Amino acid sequence: MKRHKKAAPTGERFEAAPLDGPLLAVEDLHTHFHTSRGIARAVDGVSLSLERGKTLGVVGESGSGKTVLARSIMGLLPKSGTERTGSITFEGREIIDATDAELRSLWGSQMSMVFQDPMTSLNPVMKIGKQITEMLLQHLDISKSYARELALALLQSVGIPEASRRLKEYPHQMSGGMRQRIMIAIAIACGPKLLFADEPTTALDVTVQAQILDLLQDQQRERYMAMILVTHDLGVVAGRADDIMVMYAGRVVEKAPTKVLFSELRHPYTEALLLSIPKIAAPSHTRLLSITGRPPDIVAPPQGCKFSPRCPYVQPRCIEEEPPLVEAPTPGHEFRCWIPVGTPESRAALEANEAAGLASAAEAAKAAKIAGVHANGATTATAAPLAGGPHVGGS
Amino acid sequence: MAGSGTAHLRAEGEAMLRVERLVVEFPAGRGATVHAVSDLSIDVMEGETLGLVGESGCGKSTTGRAIMQLVKPKSGSVAFLGQELTELRGEQLRQTRPKLQMIFQDPISSLNPRRRVRDIVREGLDIWKLGDAESRTAKVDEVLDTVGIDPEAAGPRRPHEFSGGQCQRISIARAVATEPKLIICDEPVSALDVSVQAQIINLLEDMKARYGLTLIFIAHDLAVVKNISDRVAVMYLGKLCEVGDPDTVYEQPAHPYTAALLSAIPVPDPEVTPIDIPGVSGEIPSPLDPPSGCRFRTRCPRATDVCATQEPEMRTFAPGHFVACHFPIAAGESPALETVAPNSDYRRSNTSPDPPSLWRRRP
Repeated sequence: MKRHKKAAPTGERFEAAPLDGPLLAVEDLHTHFHTSRGIARAVDGVSLSLERGKTLGVVGESGSGKTVLARSIMGLLPKSGTERTGSITFEGREIIDATDAELRSLWGSQMSMVFQDPMTSLNPVMKIGKQITEMLLQHLDISKSYARELALALLQSVGIPEASRRLKEYPHQMSGGMRQRIMIAIAIACGPKLLFADEPTTALDVTVQAQILDLLQDQQRERYMAMILVTHDLGVVAGRADDIMVMYAGRVVEKAPTKVLFSELRHPYTEALLLSIPKIAAPSHTRLLSITGRPPDIVAPPQGCKFSPRCPYVQPRCIEEEPPLVEAPTPGHEFRCWIPVGTPESRAALEANEAAGLASAAEAAKAAKIAGVHANGATTATAAPLAGGPHVGGS
Repeated sequence: MAGSGTAHLRAEGEAMLRVERLVVEFPAGRGATVHAVSDLSIDVMEGETLGLVGESGCGKSTTGRAIMQLVKPKSGSVAFLGQELTELRGEQLRQTRPKLQMIFQDPISSLNPRRRVRDIVREGLDIWKLGDAESRTAKVDEVLDTVGIDPEAAGPRRPHEFSGGQCQRISIARAVATEPKLIICDEPVSALDVSVQAQIINLLEDMKARYGLTLIFIAHDLAVVKNISDRVAVMYLGKLCEVGDPDTVYEQPAHPYTAALLSAIPVPDPEVTPIDIPGVSGEIPSPLDPPSGCRFRTRCPRATDVCATQEPEMRTFAPGHFVACHFPIAAGESPALETVAPNSDYRRSNTSPDPPSLWRRRP
């Protein structure tokens, strides 16, 4: 099978590297957008590495930079006003400075993406069959009739009943779940080694969500694909990801193998995310823990720990100094916090904040700021009741 | 499901809102009809929160809108505080509006982008001339303050300056300003992040306690509904499947559909491998041509011939727990079934032609 026939007419085709080392390695990636208000640091020093066939879950609230991270790695961001620095190696080859032609040879056949909204990511005026064969004909040197056969097989493999009829239909004739299956079929059509799934089930019902996640997992196993699953729901990645990375304000705040993350979580943000999910097992009218305030303005993020304005454990040090990403005793577990959850210090901090009569984390943060030696004039802290302005990134 | 029937309704006159045999249909062109809500009965007691759950397209939002008379029901009765709403027209209907309010799913588009927050919240008070100008201003400040929005700072701003969670707070303030009796919340948290979702749920609970509200909470997320409700009603394709108190229903679902919905929820626990959990396959059939008999039978692992011919009536399963199913899941029986429906060629609709091997358990 010859690849990238049309993709790289100038010979700039992507040569596969030997099968050792991680499939994808990202080192200190920064994605900054130049906006009228200043520089928005949507991704701010993220490193990760992903082996073949593994799944990485990227979790965070809207505006935490998880979608921008996925798009930065894919090279899908607009060129103007965007600045990407750091290193992205795919199969051992640096792709951060790849040309458009090189990127085109990567997209589809090496890495591809399933987007959040299946309603708007398909072309409404093109039949489903054409949308799939378009991709196959672009990347594989095959005849049109063979492409149609492949498209039919793909639709069947993603569980679309009466596939041959569906090929001749338009997207509006299908339900959301069906459209997301078609998006998946298109994304895996050319056998990518890496699949980005950006909130693939957020727009879908629970029953359909379970079906789509099962489908992604089946396809991934069958094709030995690596997957980056971006979501805001820890429940979605809990049973499906090998590793989980929690992002906040463009930074990784905690990263660990899934089981370790749930059993030994260290960062207050991870804890808060987990506690704010309503539990099906909890009795009705159980008061939910909510994170006060909202994610910080990434154009003017708080000084010190980015989560400090909302953190119930906050101490003066957190407001002055940003904690580095440190390694926990368990291999592969890293977190970014001065007073990690579960330590005697964190209990003491929480008690001190509660004893001080600080009802909310925002107040605690404010008090810590006042008490803090470093009463900086910059607008740090406080979960301001008002939105600052447009927030770049998010989903 | 499922089915019709009124066994789950409380005695007449007791409930604040009593909906009986509600039917809502929409013409779909070429003589076709969308059977959005078919023979649905439900009631809400004063101070109660009724959770209405189901997949998209099951008619839960239409039910909410039909109660408000935003869509005219084809037949059936909606009695609110002893008044029959379906018979009201024009001015009479308008007079019920301050007592019946609604909160919508998309917080940003449900607020007028050109108006200031203070005016948005105040509008209802102005229309109904509740109190004098001064007391209206005081009321606006009070409700904004209770929903956690600073009236001084936020009052003169416009909706686009706020995040989704804050807009939803403003919507809640607007809804409670006229001191309604009943608020219908149509998916109020599904567009929000988990952390913000928790804030809004807590806020709704607080507002309910503070203003003595009665809520109808429409959502597709079962965990959210359980958290907020005193009574849940599970809907499927325009009918009710199961009604009961949330702790009982979730502990011991009697209807196969409820069991399927419960099993589909992602659990934030890495020890649970989701692929081993049986889920329901296929999608909701088209309401243009709903299946005969029990409407869930095309996806139901327990369906037999009787389900195709006879519609199940709502009946008492346990005290306070009602189910519309010919073969409810008995106490102690595992809902995780591997059986395939014996009448496996029921494929009535064009949107759920999946093979009916519905409850999968993979190796």
